[in-house]
Amino acid sequence: MNEAKQEILSRIEVALKDVPKTDQKPDIYSQQDYRRQGDRSADEIVDLFVERVAEYKATVKRIDESELQQVMDASFAVQEVKNLIVPPGFPNDWLPDTIHPQHDNPESPLSHDELDQSDGVVTTCALAVAQTGTIILDAGTGQGRRALTLLPDYHLCIVRADQIVELVPEGFARFEESIKNEGPPITFISGPSATSDIELSRVEGVHGPRRLEVLVLNNK
Amino acid sequence: MQISLFITCFNDTLFPETGRAMVHLLERLGHTVTFPMEQTCCGQMHYNTGYQEETIPLVRKFVDVFEGAEAIVAPSASCVGMVKEFYPKVAERADDKVLAEKVDELIQRVFELSQFLVEELGVEDVGAYYPHRVTYHPTCHSLRMLDVGDAPLRLLRNVRGLELVELPDYEQCCGFGGTFAVKNAETSTAMLSDKMCNIKSTGAEVCTAADNSCLMHIGGGLQRQSSGVDAVHLAEILASTE
Amino acid sequence: MSKKVEQTPTFEDSAKAYLDNTQLRRNIGHATHTIRDKRKDVVDELPDWEALREAGDAIKTQTMRHLDKYLLQLEESIQEAGGQVHWARDAEEANQIITGLVKDKKVNEAVKVKSITTDEIGLNKALAEEGIQALETDLAELIVQLAGDEPSHILVPAIHKNRAEIRELFKEKLNKNELSDRPEDLAEAARLYLRKKFLNAKVGISGANFAVAETGTVAVVESEGNGRMCTTLPDTLITVMGIEKVIPRWRDFEVFMQLLPRSSTAERMNPYNSFWTGVTEGDGPQEFHIVLLDNGRTKVLADEMGRQTLNCIRCSACLNVCPVYERTGGHAYNSVYPGPIGAILTPQLKGLEDEGVASLPYASSLCGACYEVCPVKINIPEVLVHLRGKIVDEKKRNGGLKSKFEPEHIGMKLLSRAFANSKRYERAQKIARSGQKLFTDEGVISKLPGYLSKWTNTRDLKAIPDQTFREWWRQRNE
Repeated sequence: MNEAKQEILSRIEVALKDVPKTDQKPDIYSQQDYRRQGDRSADEIVDLFVERVAEYKATVKRIDESELQQVMDASFAVQEVKNLIVPPGFPNDWLPDTIHPQHDNPESPLSHDELDQSDGVVTTCALAVAQTGTIILDAGTGQGRRALTLLPDYHLCIVRADQIVELVPEGFARFEESIKNEGPPITFISGPSATSDIELSRVEGVHGPRRLEVLVLNNK
Repeated sequence: MQISLFITCFNDTLFPETGRAMVHLLERLGHTVTFPMEQTCCGQMHYNTGYQEETIPLVRKFVDVFEGAEAIVAPSASCVGMVKEFYPKVAERADDKVLAEKVDELIQRVFELSQFLVEELGVEDVGAYYPHRVTYHPTCHSLRMLDVGDAPLRLLRNVRGLELVELPDYEQCCGFGGTFAVKNAETSTAMLSDKMCNIKSTGAEVCTAADNSCLMHIGGGLQRQSSGVDAVHLAEILASTE
Repeated sequence: MSKKVEQTPTFEDSAKAYLDNTQLRRNIGHATHTIRDKRKDVVDELPDWEALREAGDAIKTQTMRHLDKYLLQLEESIQEAGGQVHWARDAEEANQIITGLVKDKKVNEAVKVKSITTDEIGLNKALAEEGIQALETDLAELIVQLAGDEPSHILVPAIHKNRAEIRELFKEKLNKNELSDRPEDLAEAARLYLRKKFLNAKVGISGANFAVAETGTVAVVESEGNGRMCTTLPDTLITVMGIEKVIPRWRDFEVFMQLLPRSSTAERMNPYNSFWTGVTEGDGPQEFHIVLLDNGRTKVLADEMGRQTLNCIRCSACLNVCPVYERTGGHAYNSVYPGPIGAILTPQLKGLEDEGVASLPYASSLCGACYEVCPVKINIPEVLVHLRGKIVDEKKRNGGLKSKFEPEHIGMKLLSRAFANSKRYERAQKIARSGQKLFTDEGVISKLPGYLSKWTNTRDLKAIPDQTFREWWRQRNE
């Protein structure tokens, strides 16, 4: 065993000499009574999500899937998006004809510069949390690797209403299996990037996408 | 009720008027007050400054002096806080199980004055009269350690003639902190300066609190600045009549 | 032969200058008051805040009690996921490891996410000595780095600088001819400057907010996006983490990811949280190293009462409510960790031989505001008093003659004797009463000599009245 590791472990052992051997895994979890489950209805959850995302100064709309292409088209026009980054597995038939898609895929990944110079990226998501207006990405189908949602200045994210849970604990619980098995990189996005480093006054838009747009698809 | 007065070394020596007021108040409410002469100091000053070993004999003394008392009441949230929160720890440090047991039993019967009146005696109107504009400073021990809540305010609201005004930023520490007031005198003064500013902004004639330690510091500052505002202990206001 | 420990300035001495700096007082006063109120709002919103605090405390306490077990589990999990684990006993060892890893990549620049841990070990300086520039990418850290300054707050390191000061700095260092002092424009200037750096960086260095033993997942909590940049774009990522940051399970995030954002930036959730587990093919760094750092943490662990200090999740809520910090600012503490948590962590990490460090546990009026807001319920006042006890014990043992003549020591000894029985006590009262006559004028003492002048410099002192309470009581009952 590495010398440093050995020494640190033995320091810890000495430091914890007051801890009895019977102090093995006491059940600290069943006694905890913080809220693990919300009690809002499905519709209220979506409303809450939309409300919270809007508070972060992200653009958010609730639409039916049938309107999707049209709404995306309009948004891209407003945001002046021509070169659009598209992750692997993103439904191509959702894309309007007016944009120029740049598909990223594992065989030929786009370079950092290409991502930086694009006009924006579109993705789906893995899950969303209403309480905090959070979108969760796990690099799965339709979301792509992490750099895709980091470098472009505009991110359009499509969230299905049935992907939204109410509380933060519910969000984490849903990933327990996958994080233990595949261990994908997970990113929580709660609004566009910001800083409060200048006189503690919040300024939006530093390094991540400065414009975030969320489209919530109503359940069919 | 038989009430044993825990006067505190501080009040005994520097603020006997607070002790006298407390006696008059409790007797007016129909209770008998006793004063065990053997008491000296609860040991808070020593404990907080790091002289925890020296606190052990003081804990023993306190336990002996007040053995068998029905209710032990002090006009000092910080001293009561010391007894209730830290005496068990001192007994543990002394590794004395007998002492620890006695302490655990005793602390159930120790009270700060305003908490005692409102929570134990169930009294909010003590029949006082005090025709002045008063602002109340919740001392850190009463606010956070003992959690007296709004007991002092309820008592003050029932004092005839008294105009109660809320202190801005009331939860901020006044800067006393025991030896902190001398060891870190400049920072202590900066905190005091803001506290006095807030007091003056209320237009109050009197600033009151449950602890004379803080009032000594606040009053000392108010006086040095010739501010025209007095610092008066809660007990004295409650004891005051026409 | 024991090394003489370098003495740093005491808090009392340092604080003076900062208390007089009215710009600083205004900046910090405004900032802390604002965030205090915001925090209260987001915390009051949660009906289960106290339950979350209890849970946070329980999980952290449990973790410390079995720290070795969890660290071993963490190492195994990270290795299984394709990451590499290094152990560092102290700052020097950590710096050696990290410098070696960077040099292996044959680069002389690395991009860095804010990490107080790296400040603690002096990483930037160690890298610079090997010709490697560590570029700070957090806006505040960038400001501090460009100014050649030191951070003054755990969360908002440049809180001591206002917008005008920052504008001047950027104009000079980022070669800008025109620049307004609006925060938006300052942020934009930083963004453009750093963008280039991010796109070309080969090595990223970060800290970690948490690391999960059960899965090997490391978490970085941030607002600006530079954390994502540094942990996603370079080929190689090196993370430095204090050993106390390990948590048992993935699901513990249910608790900590509610406690942290609400306590630190007073938000329901901060903009970006990155959770990565080892290495993922085709996504992000293909080489990941984590350096597990001791550097005194096992000393803190060994102190049963002080151990709770390690529960800290670095939210800085305690700084924001501290009446002392609010007025003196962070630099007065002369430590990477300022404020209430700094006052207990620094002495335990560094030891008490440095009189500057030993002055920190006294930089508090014990008001308890910090304990009230600590999301993991660290009883900071209790640890402060405990450390004061250790300092006094140390002085008694090794202070020699000098300490025996310190005014405080003499005072405490005299009081002990006086309080021992009521006869002695009453005698002491009488002596004090007659002794004060020299200083008393109409019941007021306005000037005291020596050490006690620190009181009378700014406050009057009530003189001992002619009759003590017990004298009155005796008389009354005659």
